[in-house]
Amino acid sequence: MANDDIWILGIAMTKFGKHSDKDIVDLGAEAVMAALTDAGVSMRDIGVLAAGNLMGGGGFGQMLQKQVGQTGIPVYNVTNACATGATALRTAIMAVKAGEVKFGLAVGAEKLAGAGLLGGGGSAKKDGNKWEPKGRFGSVAPTDGRIGTDTMPGTFAQVGMEYGHKYGGVSFELFARISEKNHAHSTLNPMAAYQKQFTLDEIMNDMMIAYPNTRPMCSANCDGAAAAVVCSGETLKTLSLEQQRRAIKVSASVLTTDPYQESCQVLPDVNTLTRNAAKIAYEQAGVSPSDLDLVELHDCFATAELVHYDNLMLCAEGGAVDFFNSGATWRTGSTPVNVSGGLESKGHPIAATGIANIWEICHHLRNEAGNRQIENAKVGLAHVIGLGSACGIHILERSGL
Amino acid sequence: MPTQIPHVNYLELGDTPHLVANECTACGARFFDRRNACANCFGTDFRKAAVATEGVLKAFTIVAFAAPGVPVPFVAGIVDCGGTSVRGNVINVDPTPDKVSLGMKVRLATYSLGTDDDGVEAIGFGFEPAA
Repeated sequence: MANDDIWILGIAMTKFGKHSDKDIVDLGAEAVMAALTDAGVSMRDIGVLAAGNLMGGGGFGQMLQKQVGQTGIPVYNVTNACATGATALRTAIMAVKAGEVKFGLAVGAEKLAGAGLLGGGGSAKKDGNKWEPKGRFGSVAPTDGRIGTDTMPGTFAQVGMEYGHKYGGVSFELFARISEKNHAHSTLNPMAAYQKQFTLDEIMNDMMIAYPNTRPMCSANCDGAAAAVVCSGETLKTLSLEQQRRAIKVSASVLTTDPYQESCQVLPDVNTLTRNAAKIAYEQAGVSPSDLDLVELHDCFATAELVHYDNLMLCAEGGAVDFFNSGATWRTGSTPVNVSGGLESKGHPIAATGIANIWEICHHLRNEAGNRQIENAKVGLAHVIGLGSACGIHILERSGL
Repeated sequence: MPTQIPHVNYLELGDTPHLVANECTACGARFFDRRNACANCFGTDFRKAAVATEGVLKAFTIVAFAAPGVPVPFVAGIVDCGGTSVRGNVINVDPTPDKVSLGMKVRLATYSLGTDDDGVEAIGFGFEPAA
């Protein structure tokens, strides 16, 4: 191992679901303490903490220290929409890469069970008795619902439909089949918020949220946390053989934002920044998409999973529909995608997601994934998108020791 | 006192209602809100540009579940108006997958949002089938 390689020494996630007896600090502390144990280090060793939480009131990292150890180290409180967890991990990685610290700790935690619809305002908006232009568009009345939709299910529905307009082949049933896959996968994952298998009919006849996304085709709002300890190859060499054996190499760690595209002001472009991040990540890691044994990608909605097959170059450009129809992305296929159940079934506690998907990959690379183990997994990729937008991609490899 | 006011400042009313964008004079990128500098080329000089009123529906969703106070179902979409992408609802059509399709031709249409206490009528826009 090279001295300047980055390694995940320890990683953990809480079970995703409804934790009504725990707050975000409890959840974060549970993940942190488990990650430290997994790494074989203590808070005394940690030189930096990057703490992700999106929906709380701020200051999450310091609140967490009070529960797990106040050692005076710098805390970076991180928010970056649904890419918050990946951004926290990348922050810790950058500190290790810079040579400022030996061990970095990243955590993401969120309480989201019962949060309902995201992105649509959430409270009733009243029109006034006098039309008065307000805001950047000088609007005299709310625009959500009158000039398109602000809701996440509707936004990502359009993302999938736009792909269909460009390349053809999409249908309500196709998107529902993607959801069918992820729910089927989740039945093997005890950490998932939901482990219920759905038939295609059940998915298509469930409550419509934003055509073509029905309720099971949307990410599951839930509570959860995940944390990881990272160090350099130079540091890892000084640790035990067992720690070296279980350590997972971070072959690529990339964060991008959305570059200008003609239509990005009216529909967030989740494609270009993912493709850009993927290109950089494959180059950094020296692997190609065909080398990937499994992928955890950001299926915030079934309509989103389809476009990311293409953006991550798992298939030929424009070929995502055929790629899915070939069965490639089922756990028995050539490129298993979201064997954890994905955001649709494992759940999506926003800030935890970008570390939990890495935990899933590490679990397989360490050959510790039990009955959902992808046999002989050596290389995996984890991807998240935060709308606005930010994309985090990590490529991970087992140590080979 | 005007008797009508547009829902948003980039909707121009009159005999032929249309949308107006802030167009970067350097690269031609168009924005419906004000920009300090162009997101594409960082230029700071903008001119007003009329957006085509006919276009093609390149993405849509039928929203069945929305924020409180937003009537559902409605069709939200993205329309390619001669190279300028516009966000708007598809109106004057049944909000069902049978009646709305990718690639359908649409045109800008206006409708009343109601009249305020001063007698001013707010005018909104959407896109209706143009076939």
